[in-house]
Amino acid sequence: MSHDHDHETNFGSATSPLAARVRAMEALLIEKGLVTEAEIQDNVAYMDSRSPVNGARLVARAWADEGFRARLLSDGKAAAIELGIDAVASPELVVVENTPDVHNLIVCTLCSCYPRNVLGRPPDWYKSFEYRSRAVREPRAVMREFGFEPPGDTRVAVHDSTADVRYMVLPIRPPGTGGLDESELADLVTRDCLIGVDVPRAPSAAQA
Amino acid sequence: MTARFAPGDPVRVRPGAKPGHVRTPDYLKGKAGEVERVLGAFPNPEDLAYGLSGKPERVLYKVGFSQRSLWPDYEGPAEEQLYADVFEHWLEPGGEV
Repeated sequence: MSHDHDHETNFGSATSPLAARVRAMEALLIEKGLVTEAEIQDNVAYMDSRSPVNGARLVARAWADEGFRARLLSDGKAAAIELGIDAVASPELVVVENTPDVHNLIVCTLCSCYPRNVLGRPPDWYKSFEYRSRAVREPRAVMREFGFEPPGDTRVAVHDSTADVRYMVLPIRPPGTGGLDESELADLVTRDCLIGVDVPRAPSAAQA
Repeated sequence: MTARFAPGDPVRVRPGAKPGHVRTPDYLKGKAGEVERVLGAFPNPEDLAYGLSGKPERVLYKVGFSQRSLWPDYEGPAEEQLYADVFEHWLEPGGEV
């Protein structure tokens, strides 16, 4: 059976025991008529179609449109749907806003809960035991390792998404980006900014 | 949905272990915090995990904890908080946080 899509996980090669187990389960599910090969491939394609570009669009719109920012903060899922992002069947989305007073960081200590409708699949490090255990107890050290340190008078707030809600960070719009349009603003917002281990920076040409 | 706690209420996470699938991390067991937000009611994941209906739904709270109360060697100012989502049946009324 062809199964050559690119797994981003580190669970091993296509010949690892886990890969063999997954193939065996797939084969059984198909044999028993519970799913078809086409359905599995469609789902893989759907999972791969979601990416942090969605989250970046939400942020750029919020920066450009105060009314949208308020709607995003009060009901993230409705705001995502408003931008045409497929979030109807997704868990609740709570967007936490960075300000000069508070910097937010997202983690899921229990597993790897992640707002997949707006960020796609989580990176390996987000699922690692090291990030999950250290982000809650030494968030500043973890952020330093990502090359980012919040200003000294900014509080760090860690959000452990332990249950039915998914979290995304709304970063601060960088200074010197007044002339950028929404799509240029979205280009500044990386996946790491939406998790909170980094912040967007103005492109050097746009800096004052 | 009847929520037992409201934003600002002091709460304490119930101590002790429950076998099987739970969504309350060990590092919060027995810790005092404050309700930040009522997130709504959701099917109980501790039942869903075993193929049950998860009904009745349980109220979920976003609860804030002082980082220094969780980690004695915490690096960072005293006012820094960690937030976690905790179901009502894991919470009891708390005293002073």
